[in-house]
Amino acid sequence: MLEELEFGFPILSMLLFLPLLGAIGLWTQRDTELIKKTALGVALFELALAALVLLRFIPESAAMQFTERLNWIPALGISYHLAVDGISILFVGLSAFITVLIILYSWDTVQDRAKAYFMSILALETTIMGIFVSVDLILFFVFWELMLVPSYFLIKLWGVGADRHYAALKYVLYTLLGSVFMLVGFALLSLNYHDVTNTYSFDLLDLLKVPVPVSDQLLIFWLIFMGLAFKAPVFPFHTWLPDALVQGPIGMSVVLAGVKLGTYGFLRFSFPLLPDASTNATVVVIVMSLALAAIVWGAIIAIMQPDFRRLLVFSSISHLGFVVLGLFALNFQGLQGSLLQMINLGFTTAGLFFLAGFLYDRLGNTLLDNCGGIASKMPLLATFFLIIGMASIGLPGTNGFIGEFLILLGAFQAHWVYGAVAVSGVIFAAAYFLWYYERAIFGPIGEHVPQVLKDLTQRETIIAVSLCVMIFWIGLYPSPFLRMVNGSLQAVMDRLDRGSIASIEQDRTLLSHARALEPERQDWAMAIRNPESAIHNPIAPEPGGKD
Amino acid sequence: MSDLLVILIPVFPLIAVLVNGLLGHRYATDLAGRIAVGSIGLSFLCAVAVVAGVISDPTPREVIAYAWIFGGDLHVNFGFLIDPLTAVMLMVVTGVGFLIHVYSVGYMHGEDGFTRFFVYMNLFMVSMLLLVMGNNFLVLFIGWEGVGLCSYLLIGYYFNKVSAAKAATKAFVVNRIGDAGFLLAIFLVFVNFKTLDYLKVFENANQLSVEMATAITLCLLVGAIGKSAQIPLYTWLPDAMEGPTPVSALIHAATMVTAGVYMVVRTHVFYDMAPVSMATVGIIGGLTALFAATIGLVQNDIKRVLAYSTVSQLGYMFLACGVGAYMAAIFHLVTHAFFKALLFLSAGAVIHSLEGEQDIRKMGGLSKKIPVTHAVFLIGTLAIAGIPPLAGFWSKDEIMAHAFVHHHYVLYLFAAVGAFLTSFYMFRLTYVTFYGRSRVDPKVEHHIHESPRVMTVPLMILAGLSVLGGFLGVPPEHGWFHGFLESVAAPVGAVTHEVGMGTLIGLMAVAIGIALGGWGVAHYLYTIKPGTADAWSERFAVAYRTLLNKYYVDELYDAVFVEPCKRLGRLWDWFDQHVIDRVIREIGRGADVSAAGATWAEKHVIYGGLNVIGYANHLAAWSWRKLQTGLVNHYAAVIVIGLFLLTHFLLVWLTGSSLL
Repeated sequence: MLEELEFGFPILSMLLFLPLLGAIGLWTQRDTELIKKTALGVALFELALAALVLLRFIPESAAMQFTERLNWIPALGISYHLAVDGISILFVGLSAFITVLIILYSWDTVQDRAKAYFMSILALETTIMGIFVSVDLILFFVFWELMLVPSYFLIKLWGVGADRHYAALKYVLYTLLGSVFMLVGFALLSLNYHDVTNTYSFDLLDLLKVPVPVSDQLLIFWLIFMGLAFKAPVFPFHTWLPDALVQGPIGMSVVLAGVKLGTYGFLRFSFPLLPDASTNATVVVIVMSLALAAIVWGAIIAIMQPDFRRLLVFSSISHLGFVVLGLFALNFQGLQGSLLQMINLGFTTAGLFFLAGFLYDRLGNTLLDNCGGIASKMPLLATFFLIIGMASIGLPGTNGFIGEFLILLGAFQAHWVYGAVAVSGVIFAAAYFLWYYERAIFGPIGEHVPQVLKDLTQRETIIAVSLCVMIFWIGLYPSPFLRMVNGSLQAVMDRLDRGSIASIEQDRTLLSHARALEPERQDWAMAIRNPESAIHNPIAPEPGGKD
Repeated sequence: MSDLLVILIPVFPLIAVLVNGLLGHRYATDLAGRIAVGSIGLSFLCAVAVVAGVISDPTPREVIAYAWIFGGDLHVNFGFLIDPLTAVMLMVVTGVGFLIHVYSVGYMHGEDGFTRFFVYMNLFMVSMLLLVMGNNFLVLFIGWEGVGLCSYLLIGYYFNKVSAAKAATKAFVVNRIGDAGFLLAIFLVFVNFKTLDYLKVFENANQLSVEMATAITLCLLVGAIGKSAQIPLYTWLPDAMEGPTPVSALIHAATMVTAGVYMVVRTHVFYDMAPVSMATVGIIGGLTALFAATIGLVQNDIKRVLAYSTVSQLGYMFLACGVGAYMAAIFHLVTHAFFKALLFLSAGAVIHSLEGEQDIRKMGGLSKKIPVTHAVFLIGTLAIAGIPPLAGFWSKDEIMAHAFVHHHYVLYLFAAVGAFLTSFYMFRLTYVTFYGRSRVDPKVEHHIHESPRVMTVPLMILAGLSVLGGFLGVPPEHGWFHGFLESVAAPVGAVTHEVGMGTLIGLMAVAIGIALGGWGVAHYLYTIKPGTADAWSERFAVAYRTLLNKYYVDELYDAVFVEPCKRLGRLWDWFDQHVIDRVIREIGRGADVSAAGATWAEKHVIYGGLNVIGYANHLAAWSWRKLQTGLVNHYAAVIVIGLFLLTHFLLVWLTGSSLL
């Protein structure tokens, strides 16, 4: 079938290493202007590459696409294996998009050690891309941990709060703590594979071929859960978030609030690999309780926050509750809504952080006391604030509604109680956002508001407009996005419905039909599509093992 | 009639929103006004063409624009449904909407943010059109929340005013409570029918159990109550009067607030199956009609009187739905749109001529100075009070007669008393505003002027409609209007009561008597014996103050819902910072353990290559100890775990799943 390289070169590797190369390139520069321009150029080129991948992605398919594979540590079955499918494809686009906006935002706002800052941002982009394009669990884990390095420095060195050192350390330690559990979980998965096949592998596609005994699934599920829960963060593991997002620089807050790494992991690993544990009634009830608690907890606390960035943190926690709720509703609408909502938050919550940044740059903080009547001084800011805020609270016609509606519909179908409790979050969201808006943006001009308050600059307007374009595009015509994710989500759904053993049987039958069409196992440079998985979930050609 | 014509109806105002919104700052406000009004005019013409098509062929017709949300078993189109009910709503929305837009050009002349005003108004029209034209529940919901947003923006139009900003937030949040109920109803519909398209859903509605129909309709009702300002969610509407007066006319009288009524009639197939819900709708409507009218008796702000009057009239529409008189509900919706828009706009003309004065205690004797405004206001008053043959008489009488004939005597009583009060407070308003001696501030007095033509002409047209509009529905229950709506709004399986002509004429006579009675009392109190009203308010001071303060309902809601919520927010915030975080840090102390675990994994699993992670963990454990500050609070841990277990068990109990 598709024997030729997609573009004649390994595009995912380029996507992965371009920002890193860019960062190294910046090292040699001295001129700050040039550094900024180079950084922006690299980020834009990266965005173009990502757009290319999105455009050439075959929608409505469960296949791993643009596959690249190279053995790394053969003894342990660890490989450099990159690919994207419906679950990861949108994140690739989102990360590239967000990075461009962050660089635009930081253009004038970061004066101090600008070179190191832009290097960190680009390095961060590489690690995030790595998380989304890795198919090998260890490769994934490496990027997952590496991401902490630029993050740590970004918070510590360019943080805006007095407690930034504490916040940076806390963020790293909390994530590490979870990661340890996750690594043990990954190891157990590989051990299980070894039990069956007598070889080690950490390749997701290999692991998917071997059923994990139901008794072990629960343990592995919780181990991986810990890693994801800390990173996401899932209530009650969220307490690093207020520190990191309020003390850290806006650019970092945008990434942490906008790119949902933790919840991505559930769709990527937990559900397909551990379908029986994921659908276990006890697991579901526990996780759903946490999700509901997060929704209400975050929203109620957000109401009383006098600092807009802290408000956003708790609104984030509440939104994340929705995402988890949709995932563990374990039906198509829930999964679809959650996946879409993870992307949406990259435009809405992240967008609001940008706006908080615009305010911060002018007022020195985002406290209510320093605001009041901003609308009459900055009508543009007020307008975008409202549009993005409305998207964040799920107004129909914006992207937030599509995600939230699907999640709630999914949760309601799982059990009406879930839907009924979660829907209260919709009310509280309106309350916390509009109450803040009423006091900060509306109302008479506050006494601490400076006489001269410049409205959005051209660069800031570009950021806000591009976010709004995405917000309305997904809100009014989500079709292209839905088509991209639907195939893979259906595959995940199938595994969840059948449980692991039946799924693998199913895969095998499909495989025997596909065998005639299939090329030999791909070399790493042969970035070709995986044809047999076009029919069903990703599986590798040779069914290894003793059975 | 082509599909394009249907799609163009909401597209014209949308184009105006985009043009004025994005480019409006580049040209003069006159042009912005022309674009805005012109777009509604075009939209109205398209609507007329479409409605003409419906009159010749009332078969429902779907127009699909594109597939909106899909995946799994869900498929929702962005589509429109054109049937007689939509046709009626289209005429009201675009027709009255157009007149109000024209009027606004005069009313808002010279205001800051003139263009912004029209962007919001046009956006409102887009949303309202989606609301009435959608072919499924989700498109209805876009419009539903869209109109809420525009209402928010327009209430908060004078955003520097604290009261306006507060009123805007309140309107949106209270509406959101209703919307949450509406969402639940949508979920229930989907769970039962696997589709959200009206035609498919209503076709199969008879498969529902009575319990399910009741659940769906009660959830829908929560939505309708929020949007249409019924008890207990009506409190936002009087505050919404902070917006400019044309907004009150368009959104908070003629169109948006009637969306709840439209929705109940649209889904009446469900309601017909659920007697409990029907009774609830009727009781809520009846109570609201009466309750709001009593508050309207003593208010002194001209717009607030009209606001409570709107709440009360919406109550009549709900009452009509509750007794199965869907056509009468829509009929009253239409006539109310005419005369209430007229009343609000002429009140606006009064306010305009008095340079912003809204307090009727500072008016009086205006009839000679602004004769046109006076004349149209009087027509509006006669229409709402139910004096024949004006529009309000026919629609209100039909509702009351229907309630009586179908043996809902209590509701009839509510409606009758409400009608008496309506007549009274409206004539009170007219007398105090336009007659007697002038109490106008002398500084304002010599500026009083009649409004420009751009405002008075729409008033005259609305006055004409208020006089003649009722004849659409004559004779009661068998007029042209009823024939037109028959196919979509006739109750399913209702028993027809053959009633003698004598009964109907008797009921009509009673209704006329009630209306005249209210007028008479107002006449007595405010022209024959002025001062009596003041004396009474002193004599019944407690009752008077209770009414003046709107039964203290706002204060009650604050104390019961808003304040506890805020306290909870503060409490949880503290808990989050001081307890949960500490517990997690305690767990972090266990990093020693996890490090050991990792070392184990390292030894047994990942020999070679990955040693670094094990060391990292040892490092981590060391740092954890450094991060540790203050005392170990074991009690805190117990509380968190306890809370979690509590919610956990609660959910297990509610969902009936097994535990471990």
